[in-house]
Amino acid sequence: MTPRLDSIWVYLATTPLLGLTATLLAYIVAFRIYQRSGMNPLANPVAIAVILLVTLLALTGTPYQTYFDGAQFVHFLLGPATVALAVPLYDQRARLARLWLPLTLGLGAGVVTAIGSALGIAWALGASRETLLSLAPKSVTTPIAMGIAEKIGGLPSLTAVFVILTGMTGAIIARPLLNALRIDSHAARGFAVGVAAHGIGTARAFQVSEQMGAFAGLAMGLTALVTAFIAPWMAPSLVSLLSP
Amino acid sequence: MLEALATLLVVQAIGEVLSYLLRLPVPGPVLGMALLLGLLLLRPATTDRLRPTSLELLKHLSLLFVPAGVGVMLHVARIGKEWLPIVVSLLVSTALAIAVTALVVRWTARRFALDDTEA
Repeated sequence: MTPRLDSIWVYLATTPLLGLTATLLAYIVAFRIYQRSGMNPLANPVAIAVILLVTLLALTGTPYQTYFDGAQFVHFLLGPATVALAVPLYDQRARLARLWLPLTLGLGAGVVTAIGSALGIAWALGASRETLLSLAPKSVTTPIAMGIAEKIGGLPSLTAVFVILTGMTGAIIARPLLNALRIDSHAARGFAVGVAAHGIGTARAFQVSEQMGAFAGLAMGLTALVTAFIAPWMAPSLVSLLSP
Repeated sequence: MLEALATLLVVQAIGEVLSYLLRLPVPGPVLGMALLLGLLLLRPATTDRLRPTSLELLKHLSLLFVPAGVGVMLHVARIGKEWLPIVVSLLVSTALAIAVTALVVRWTARRFALDDTEA
């Protein structure tokens, strides 16, 4: 029986069907767990789905590339979803027009803090040069973070992992942290989460309120824009300054 | 729904082409978001046709990050070797970025007497 099952698996693994189906099923399971927990940020659905899938691929000896051949269809939807962020943003246009100055200043401070503190801390604890350069764009949404990493000499696929880990971290710690700082406004809360934790933070913010999600999405787009200009000169000069 | 999806893809494509032609460091979808916002401000009626599909897509935004996240399996060795700087740096810098952004937004909103809580 076992060899037969093996051959079925090998056959299915050559089509996109397996990666796609496994991704959707893992996410459905992860989201149920998240809902059962009462939307507890610790039960982050991305984290749970990733753990389930990595376990499955490791147990079956399936290479990541084979999996991604199927899962790329899900990955692709990140593009149109980013464009779609304009809709909730449009709905918030009145607030947006009023708050543009605080948001702009918060954005600049947040982006510089994210890059500077990530590099400084990792360097102080002995990270390698490649790891440092791959960490720099971690607060930006995946496709652009990978582009920045490539430009400054990091490893794009490692950056993608840091981006996801950052997003999960932000989605998990945002609520207790912002409560402790007594930030009440949904606009400010959403914006801060979007600056630090891009799309995963934005996804979490949308689950709390549409207003929070809209500002998180705005922050995610603006952070991508600003980091794309700042990181290519800030990160390499900071890294050569720290570890010449 | 089909029309809305097609609109999103067309706007994304325009964003990609602009990013490529003008050699901008900004990715096509982010430009697309800005373009679409401009379009909606010019033609508010479009919003209602795009809203259901857009919000549905955004409701499952976290699903879309799963395939890239599984890529963690390619870097197990490096992360195992440098786990301490990586974990501490991600945790502390993410917390700092959230705190600094939120505090600056609140401080400036109050400084300029802008109400950031009410509509």
